[in-house]
Amino acid sequence: MRALVHVTAGLLTALSLAHTLWCGLDERAVALCFGLLVLLGELTRWSGPESREAAPLAAAGALSYALLGEDAGRATHHGALQVVAVVVAATLAGCVPHVARGQAPTADHLARRVLTAGFAATCFQPLYNQGVLEAWGGPAYVLLLVALLGLTALCDTVLAAALAHSRTGWPFGPLLRDELRAVLGIGTAVCATGVVMALGVAVVGLWALPVFSLPLLLTQFAFRRYAAVRATYRQTIASLARATEIAGYTPAGHARRVAVLSRAVGRELGLPEPELAVLEYAALMHDIGQLSLVDPVPAGATAVLPPAEQRRIALLGGAVVRQTGVSAAVAVVVERQADPYREQPVSARIVRAVNAYEEKARDAGAGGPLRALEELRLGTGRDYQPEVVESLARVLARNGGVVRERIG
Amino acid sequence: MRSITPWARVYVIAVALAAVLCAAPVRSAHAPWGAVALFAALCAACEQHAVGRFGWFSRFGGGRGYEGPGAVGSGGAGAGPPRWHTPVLLAGAFLLPPAAAALVPLPGALLVRGVERTPWPRRLWRAGQLGIGAWTASRVHWSLGGPDAVVSSGFPYALVTAGAAVVAFCLVLALLDGGILTLAERVPVRLAWRGLFVRSLVPVGVHGLAGLMMAVLWRGPYGPVAALLVLLPMWVSWWVFAQYHRERAAHQATIRALVQAVDIKDGYTRGHSERVGQASMLIARELGMDDERVEVLRFAGILHDVGKLGVPTRLLRKDGPLTPEERRVIELHPEYGHEMVRGIGFLGEARSAILHHHERQDGSGYPYGLVGSQIPEFARVVAVADAFDAMTSTRSYSRARPVPVALAELERCAGTQFDPVMVGALTRALARRGGWHPAVTADLDRPCEDPPPTPPTPRTPPVPSPTPTCPQSLPQQASGKGRVT
Repeated sequence: MRALVHVTAGLLTALSLAHTLWCGLDERAVALCFGLLVLLGELTRWSGPESREAAPLAAAGALSYALLGEDAGRATHHGALQVVAVVVAATLAGCVPHVARGQAPTADHLARRVLTAGFAATCFQPLYNQGVLEAWGGPAYVLLLVALLGLTALCDTVLAAALAHSRTGWPFGPLLRDELRAVLGIGTAVCATGVVMALGVAVVGLWALPVFSLPLLLTQFAFRRYAAVRATYRQTIASLARATEIAGYTPAGHARRVAVLSRAVGRELGLPEPELAVLEYAALMHDIGQLSLVDPVPAGATAVLPPAEQRRIALLGGAVVRQTGVSAAVAVVVERQADPYREQPVSARIVRAVNAYEEKARDAGAGGPLRALEELRLGTGRDYQPEVVESLARVLARNGGVVRERIG
Repeated sequence: MRSITPWARVYVIAVALAAVLCAAPVRSAHAPWGAVALFAALCAACEQHAVGRFGWFSRFGGGRGYEGPGAVGSGGAGAGPPRWHTPVLLAGAFLLPPAAAALVPLPGALLVRGVERTPWPRRLWRAGQLGIGAWTASRVHWSLGGPDAVVSSGFPYALVTAGAAVVAFCLVLALLDGGILTLAERVPVRLAWRGLFVRSLVPVGVHGLAGLMMAVLWRGPYGPVAALLVLLPMWVSWWVFAQYHRERAAHQATIRALVQAVDIKDGYTRGHSERVGQASMLIARELGMDDERVEVLRFAGILHDVGKLGVPTRLLRKDGPLTPEERRVIELHPEYGHEMVRGIGFLGEARSAILHHHERQDGSGYPYGLVGSQIPEFARVVAVADAFDAMTSTRSYSRARPVPVALAELERCAGTQFDPVMVGALTRALARRGGWHPAVTADLDRPCEDPPPTPPTPRTPPVPSPTPTCPQSLPQQASGKGRVT
């Protein structure tokens, strides 16, 4: 699948470059300006961990060139192949500094850029150049562009999900869902900016490019700061979670292991991404209430305490979590982790089962995991939800090696 | 808006009246009523949408009472995001005659309801302020011939006129904002206007570009539909900024939670931590550090005892003299603290301050017995702030000492225990501020603003805790650890 995408993109690139070299460029100034825009966008690319669209300005520039009809009222004549050629050349040039720093964008990224720009241009440029669209009025023309871009975004989403699927082996459905959610975020900004730039150039000429790339740069800047603060936030939560370990209440790495395993179980049960984040935070902080105990519970094993005591600790933990400003959902999970499963939200069920498994299995030697699972199954009448336990068993059986590796 | 002073009422009413005067000539101005209504509806829709979806955000910004578009309201060191309707407002100012432009923000500001009830003076104030701002921007734009430039797409001259209008808009909003901060929030006059204009210029400028694009497209062959598309990217950027601020607030609340976690174990610590944070900040300001380092130092002060989480609760709460063994366990807390926070990247230098805040100039401190300049600068600051607060607050074993006595004590120990530079900075800072009035419930959201002078809050109940004190005065307390009655 990936090879197919890469080969298609490569062929398209070669074809368009050859065609452009053979026939020359139409409207050099316009091509140059859009090329510079894409180049600038690539130069300001950032490689954050949570970035789905790392170079939104470049993407918007490529889309708007693909959808460009007029330049300050004069019709343009560039074809789809020229669009691809300009975008590829500018993107490659923009990659040079990143390659020098060892942070080259992947071949997947380049292929997506080429295919997306090519798709939009192929849909639009032939129609426009043959004069089919001349009869359309202003607003209808705008709506056509929006519809075209929506279609393009959809194709790009499917492409991205397919590439991620063949890269990671994760199921296609959830990946597609996550990609679609990303489109609603910065993807909207990129598409709208693409349309607005194309229309702006049509009305005022090339001045529209700098005027409107500034707001998009602002958006990009905002995303960067958001990603940064999210990262520090995660670090802080993880540190807070380590407090119980340093205080000797729980064994080292316990919170981390419960978080990783809970996340895997949550994914297995098909929870959406935001809920997985809540689950992860709650799992990290599930033992925080133990800090209020004057003497540590032996080995931090709360699962063997009397239920009333377990609940008391859980409530104390919830009180701390409420202070943290993490979403209240996390506090609820921490508070309810010791309740019978029928009264719990799904995330609390997962945390409860995984925590019990972790506590029972960690020191039990070779047969520990199996015996721990068996004990959980015996507790499914009241304490643990059967579905959660089974899905935990599946996670352990399927990629037990992977999970253990990531924990270790 | 906690309580409204009479002068603030007068001010709000005067601003609202001025806005009415601005909008009054609209009847003779042959305003395009359809466009006015459309812009006003758009403006109100933007505001409603923002308030409805992000009610917390207005609450968050509401700490300072009256926030204008982009002027203030974020809290924190950075500039806040402009409100989302700013491009619409400015596009209106670019397209409509001044009197009509003044009408655009009014319905949104007056009618939109937040999650919480917005008191009428606040609505009136927002309406008046935005109305005057829009009128001024439009006036400047018209007097420079901006509308012709917009209609004929006369770039780059349209940029000049739009830029002038944006500057006028920011100027008016900053002027009015400073007034309300003085009258309603009782911010000192010399501080009220500081930075308001400059901070708002860049975000409003960017939104002004979007507004200009909107105006041009509105008049272009593609009509208002194309203009509406401009709002989408602005919305996304606004949304991300809002997320950013929310996450940031959550993050700072988490730092507070680290302190809260210590509080569970040792009831004394919380007020102490926040006061040490403030004293550290005072010293940092006096030393002329930039805002970013000041903020990090404040975190260092707040978190300096976080390692006590690692000390068994039984020891922290012990009532009676500590054995040397127990003392050694308590003296591990800087290392525990460092171990906890070393993974938190943004704390930077604060991490070393947490590790070394019990080091002493003569090398008799712990954990490493560093000497003089080997001790990180932040740790030297926190050490002084920690000792100062320990002396000026009441403990179970000693009453609070007056500030001058505590400073004299620090002075005497400067060189052996403390860095004389830091002691001098603290003395000067307190002399300049006219005393030490820590706000214990300090708001972590606004680390870089001076806490308003509030009467000293009641101290937390005295519980044993480390008291860095001078060896000369109390030679038997070599490390000052675990002093108990």
